Order: sequence, then C-alpha cells, then structure tokens
Amino acid sequence: MTRPAFRAARLTLPLVAFIGVTFVVPLATMLVRSVYDPVVADALPDTLAALRDWDGRSDPGEAAYAAAARELLRAREERTIGRVASRINRVRGGLRSVVVRSGRRLQDFSGGPWRAVLLEIDGRWGDAATWQAVRTAGDRLTARHYLNAVDLQRLPDGSIARQPPERRIYVALLWRTLVVSLGITALCLLLGYPVAYLIAHAPPRRAGLLLGLVLLPFWTSLLVRTTSWIVLLQTQGVVNDVLVTLGLLADDGRIALIYNMTGTVVAMTHVLLPFMVLPVYSIMRAIPPQQMNAAASLGAGFPRAFLRVYWPQTLSGVGAGSLLVFILAIGYYITPALVGGQSGQLISNFIAYHMQTSLNWGLAGALGGILLACVAVLYLAYDRVVGLDRMRLG
Amino acid sequence: MTMTATEPGARIGRIVHLAVCALIFTFLVAPILVIVPLSFNAEPYFTFTEGMLRLDPDAWSLRWYRQIVTDDSWRRALGNSLFIGVMSTVLATTLGTLAALGLSSPAMPARRLTMGLLISPMVTPLIISATGMFFFYSTLGLSQTHLGLVLAHAALGTPFVVITVTAALSAFDTNLTRAAASLGADPLLIFRRVQLPLIAPGVVSGALFAFAASFDEVVVVLFMAGEDQRTLPRQMWAGIREQISPAILAVATFLIAFAVLLLLTVDWLRRRGDAPGR
Repeated sequence: MTRPAFRAARLTLPLVAFIGVTFVVPLATMLVRSVYDPVVADALPDTLAALRDWDGRSDPGEAAYAAAARELLRAREERTIGRVASRINRVRGGLRSVVVRSGRRLQDFSGGPWRAVLLEIDGRWGDAATWQAVRTAGDRLTARHYLNAVDLQRLPDGSIARQPPERRIYVALLWRTLVVSLGITALCLLLGYPVAYLIAHAPPRRAGLLLGLVLLPFWTSLLVRTTSWIVLLQTQGVVNDVLVTLGLLADDGRIALIYNMTGTVVAMTHVLLPFMVLPVYSIMRAIPPQQMNAAASLGAGFPRAFLRVYWPQTLSGVGAGSLLVFILAIGYYITPALVGGQSGQLISNFIAYHMQTSLNWGLAGALGGILLACVAVLYLAYDRVVGLDRMRLG
Repeated sequence: MTMTATEPGARIGRIVHLAVCALIFTFLVAPILVIVPLSFNAEPYFTFTEGMLRLDPDAWSLRWYRQIVTDDSWRRALGNSLFIGVMSTVLATTLGTLAALGLSSPAMPARRLTMGLLISPMVTPLIISATGMFFFYSTLGLSQTHLGLVLAHAALGTPFVVITVTAALSAFDTNLTRAAASLGADPLLIFRRVQLPLIAPGVVSGALFAFAASFDEVVVVLFMAGEDQRTLPRQMWAGIREQISPAILAVATFLIAFAVLLLLTVDWLRRRGDAPGR
C-alpha cells in the first residue's frame, strides 16, 4: 500500500472498528441465533445420545426414559426446564405441558423403571412423535426457523412440507410488507413529484420557504408525527369531527381511519414523503427551464414536452427517492405498531412480537435475516443506481 | 412553472398544479401544527372542545405543561435523552469526521466497500439493529446501561456525519491543503487551521443529524433500556400505548419547537457552507 493510501485507510480505521463491534457483530449474533440453538442439546445430552440410533418409530427403550427422567429433573432444579419445554413445544405443539409437568412430578418418584414412571405421569411419553420432537429440538444447528419463516416444516421422516393452512402466515406477511411498501413508495412519488417541481422552479426566496415546509416533518420527532395522526384520525378525532360537523357523516357512522392498514399507509406516507421530495428536487433544480420553453416553441404541448424532455431527466432522482423510500418502508416498525391495529402490521412488528412476547428468538432472527437480505439487495441496487457517495441529507 | 402561460390550457394546468401542491403541503404540515393548540386543552381530550372553538378562555389551560414540568418521570426522561444524545453525538462526530477525511482522499483503498459498510446502519431496519444489539450487548452486560445505549446510538448516528462531512469535503479545494503543506505545515496543523474551519458547517450539521437521530430513537431503547434509561421517546411511546394523556401533546409541542430550531440551524449552516468566497 502506498503511503497516502495507508494514511487515508488509517483515518477510517477507528470508525470501521467501532461499527464492526457495535453494529456488525450484533447483526451477526442475530444471524447465528437464527440457525443455532444449544438449549435442549445442553440440557438433555444423555437423552439425545440414547436417541441417536433410535429408528424413530418403535419404543426408544428404558435407557432413553431413564436419561430423560434424570435430565428433566436436573433441568427443573437448574430452572432451565421452561426454556427446554418451549423449544420442544415449537417442534410439536402441546408438549410444553408434558415436559413441565413431568419435571415437576418426577420429584415424587425415587426410582425406576423410568418408562413406567414417565408413562404414568403422561401417556404421551408413549408416542414416538414425542421423542421425535425431543430429538429434533436437540439439534444445535437447525434450519427450522428459516423453514418456519417461509411457512415450511420438516416432517419426522426428514422431508420438507408446507405448514398446515392455519399456520401459514409469514409468506403472506412478507408479501403484504412488500406490496404495502410499494404502494407507499408510489404514493410518495405521486405526492412528492409535483411538490418537488413547484419548489425547484419557484423563485429562490419562496423555494427556501417551501423547502422548509417539507423539512419540518423531516426534523419533527417520529413519535410526535404518529401522535398527530392518532389525534387526527381516531373515531373521536379531528377529521371525523369535521366530517360530522359538515354533515357528511352521521355521528354514529364515524369511519375507522386508524388502527388498521389505512392508518399505517397514511402515517407512513407522511413520514417518508420528505425522503422522496429531496432527491427529486435536487435533480430538478439542475434542469434548465429554457428546455421546456424550447420544446413549447417547437410546438410540443405541455404533456408532450413534459414526457419527452422533462420526465426522462428526472428519472435518476425518482429512482433514488423511490429506492430510499422503499428501503425505509419495508423495515418500518414504530408507525405500524402504534397506528396499524391488527390488520396494519408488517414484518418488523412480527419480529418484535417474537422478541418480546412469544420469546421465539430463533424465529425472530430468521425473519430478521430474511428482511436483512431484502434490504441488502436494495442497498446494493441503490449503490449501483445512485451511488452512495452522492447521498445527501436535507 | 416556466411554461409560456399565455394559452388558457397552460394557465388551468398551472392553477390545478398549485391547488394540488397546496393540498399536499397541508397534508405535510397540518398534522404537526394541529398538536400545538390541542396541547392547551383544559379537558383531557385529544380533540377540540366546543369551548376551545368559541375561544372561551376557560377551555384553554396550561395544565398539561404544569404536569410535565412537575412530573419526575418526564424530567428524568429528558435528562436521559440529553445525556445519551450528547455523548453518542460526540462519539459519532469524532469518529465520523475522521473517517470522512480518509474517505475523501483519492488514495483511499476499498473506498466503495468502506463507504457501504459505514452507511449501512442508516438503512438497516431499526428492528434488526435493535434485535442484534439486544442479543450482543446482553452478553457483554451492556443492556440496561447508559453506556450500551450511548454506543448503540453512536453507531446509528455515524452515517449522518460521514455523509455530511464527505459532502462538505467534496466541495473542498485540495489546492489549499497542498499550499499549506508546501509552506511547511504538518497534517495536524493543516487539519486544524485549513480544513476544519472550512468543513465546520458540514461537521456541525452532521452532529445535529446524529443528535436528532438519537434524540428520536425508540426501537433500540425499547429493546435495551431498563427503567433507569427511559428516554423521552420511550416515555412518549408508553404515553401513546398505555395511558393516553394530553400531557404527551405538551411534550410534542416542545419537540416541534425543537425541530423548528434544528431545521433553521441546519439551513443556516448549509447557506454558510454554500456561501461564495469561501
């Protein structure tokens, strides 16, 4: 490396290291979590060893029962049994209570044969399916969460099949997220383009003022803007009040504008609109107004002059704005969480749900991995089309 | 707008365009402005009461402002937000400015890749950053600490600094540094006396962006903060989700005033940065 190159690289090194530790390693941790889970393997090592050569159909034998009884008891003492139970339960629903109850009741038995003891505690220990679930949950390395995240599952015989219809939710969710984001991007373009045009061709003083009006929402706290939409759109809110006062709505016929997909789309369009206006505006500003006059003097009407002369020159700004809005939209969490109700939730909200409520962190990681892959592709496209070094703020 | 607007078709088109833009500007700004008068509501409602519309002085009050000023939890939240915001901004601005200096050098190796890495925290969905940070910072014992949030917010704020300072440096005349070097100045002196004064508007606006990003961030805070690290947005989140009280409208009004201040400052800095004769 030449000396100037070394000097330049040395200046970026502190930040590269900082981002590596505070940001990249955490993302890697999440991705590892989505395929690696040692909880069951660590808690039930002997049980899993006893099941290693089991054919998956017949009775697993007294050795497996004895190991399971000993290790479930220990897991209960070490207070890990809840985590073990929830993981086995995710492989096969209904087993949580079997595992937890067995751990509790085993204290009352002083000795074997353990097969009889476990069967007395719960008859489901006699099912091969139960032991298959234990064995599957015992894999440290698993594609289960990714299969789950695209509505697939691995059957006991090792083949891959679709989830039963009532558990197929994530493919539809991903689609919904993409479609809604696309719709929001289109709305932002529809609303942002005329505004950018107005600002780009206004006299400087007025342009500055109008740009300020676009930037005000940009700088205003996201939570403030979301609160505003709640105030405006709720059934007892300002918009419904105005419509009722004007006699356009009956007082008992107030419309639900929020806590559904409408709320999500309206509020997110508001939040993301400045990200569309700014790049389109900065491209438009560079287009000399004489061009349109020239086209007009050559006999082109406005629509024709616009489509043939103006629009093509703004495409790079449109591309930059649309990509940015789309990237930000597919990962949005706060706005849908606060104003989306049941129907307006996007993929981010399900990641949060699995992180905070269901505590299925592996599945949260897998959904996050899929979302991250989508964003990475779009980010590369942005770099290709626009160039990261041409990104500007405000 | 600059069409030869003599023919009636063009004039109608222009009027329609202006009307549409007026509606869009209303959509952009009205939702923010409507909060301000509602924060003076004497009743605990989120809508205009009849008294307010009649401009009856009794229908207006400062009770929600009194409530947030005297309430300990809001005061603590403001303190946390300011502490985390300032600390993470200092960290992000220092590291980001250094990196931008390196990135702007024509000799920088793997420039595009480095830039891609350094900007990525800005486009990565916050829910993913928050999930990863929660996992990793917990293993280090940094979750539910102020330090953890400062580091997290600094990481999220650095792209803003890198972008604004790189932009400021791209307008920078490299002859100036060469001239200074030929007069015998060492790199540190050149940076302090030649580069920094000229890129200062870029650095300051990058810092303001980073501060605003931290001051407004709630997803990472939701995942990582304990009771002691509750920030202003976290407190507002609770106010919206759990007990809706008009007190959050008073806080929102403060934050809107703060946004206007930030907006004017950044605009002023940009005009200084663009000013001719620099």
